[in-house]
Amino acid sequence: MLNAPRGNWQPWQPIATLETLRLRAKAIQKIRAFFEGRGVLEVTTPVWLPEVAPERHQTPPACLGGFLLTSPETCMKRLVAAGSGAIFQMGPAFRQGESGRLHHPEFTMLEWYRPHWTVDQLVDEVTALIQLVLPVLAIRIMTFQEAFQHFIGVDPFVAPLETLADALEEGSLRPGDDRPALIDRLFVQRLEPAIAPLEILLILTGFPPWEPGMAEVDPGPPRVARRFEVFFRGVELANGYQESRDPLDLEQRMLTANAARKRDGLNPLPIDRKFLQAMEAGFPPCAGVALGLDRLLMLAFNKEGIDKVMTFHELPGSSSMDRSF
Amino acid sequence: MLTHNQLRQGTRVEIDDLPWIIVDASFVKPGKGQAFTKIKIKNLIDGRVIERTYKSSETVVKASIVDKDMQFLYGDGEFWHFMDPASYEQVAMTKSQVGDVIHWLKEQESYQVTFWKEKPISLTPPPFVILTITQCEPGIKGDTVSGATKPAILQTGATVKVPLFVNEGDRIRVNTKTGEYVERAKG
Repeated sequence: MLNAPRGNWQPWQPIATLETLRLRAKAIQKIRAFFEGRGVLEVTTPVWLPEVAPERHQTPPACLGGFLLTSPETCMKRLVAAGSGAIFQMGPAFRQGESGRLHHPEFTMLEWYRPHWTVDQLVDEVTALIQLVLPVLAIRIMTFQEAFQHFIGVDPFVAPLETLADALEEGSLRPGDDRPALIDRLFVQRLEPAIAPLEILLILTGFPPWEPGMAEVDPGPPRVARRFEVFFRGVELANGYQESRDPLDLEQRMLTANAARKRDGLNPLPIDRKFLQAMEAGFPPCAGVALGLDRLLMLAFNKEGIDKVMTFHELPGSSSMDRSF
Repeated sequence: MLTHNQLRQGTRVEIDDLPWIIVDASFVKPGKGQAFTKIKIKNLIDGRVIERTYKSSETVVKASIVDKDMQFLYGDGEFWHFMDPASYEQVAMTKSQVGDVIHWLKEQESYQVTFWKEKPISLTPPPFVILTITQCEPGIKGDTVSGATKPAILQTGATVKVPLFVNEGDRIRVNTKTGEYVERAKG
């Protein structure tokens, strides 16, 4: 007999079928073998840290006076700075408040770093890895600017704000709409639906400079972040950088992100000092990428949402005692 | 006011000074960009469906909508009249407001009238109504298994497919959502 207080019955069974879980295990084995064959070392870094690399639009859940990490980026770069060579990690990552068909507050991230590689070399490796589990024939590489021109008919970097607003379903500017806000809106309203029917691996490069993450910025013109994203059926699978190596610039980006968070009504986050020290000590030229494993498996197994490839899909707020997310 | 994470399927909202019901809501977020809630909304007056996208800092007005159960009294060709059985208050609805529900309108039956800004805007039938068949081919006795159907005209003028054993004058239960025959009504 159970001694815990009983409420209503809740479905306790796994969401993924056992068949899907077997396929998932097989895919993970293939990925590990892929990296082993290429001499990339598997590492395990903490999922919890007292300090983070703040981003404007991503919030790590607060926990035990620190944070559950949105990505293992800072620890993995500390390893690279310490001379680890090429490394990969497959493990949990956390995003507060993100929940939907393609989002979950906890998910599995596959992240890797290639010292002395260019981002173009890394694009080739990412597509090879994706094709291990998702055999796609065609690959197309376009710049962010070309994709906007081709699929929406506007130039994201030079078109007047009114022209961008004309392409929106609302058809007009709203108060507070600046270029980054309009581009984000066009991205979800127009670009993602336009690329959703494409049965190709679509790689976008040269992203807007206002959300560079930790990517190097190419002064241009146009001025772009040396980032790439990989899409299949309109689903973003991976996000990679030619990594910025400038500690002062990186610190400035974190301060800028915190200032923007304050304006957005979010808490600023404590900045990861050890990470900045590692960058100061010397970080080699490096390309790095993070891939959403659940999304990749969802597409590979033809499932509707990422929950269908996860064992359990636990959402915050489902227990009266847990408010940690 | 509703914040973006309160925008859920079934919620009724007011956008561009019109009432809408959310038929689909999804969380979307481009890589490094901001989070949005994308909603598909159906206009409660003319039924058209559009999409809108809201970022987390935006709010949407909850539509001031009231649903009332009202009895159908009669139609005079121009207006269809309903009455609140508690207050005896009456409202008249136009043909376009009544819409497809016209196929399932039966005097004395109770329907849900939706009011927006105190004006009736739409009508919802009960999930099932019992209606009399006014015209159909004579029934084939005992044929309860073949699954074959024939058209039957109901007292409202609507046509539904019924099994072969059903007769003119029979009262049948109809699913108003699908427009399908369910069973012969007893009594």
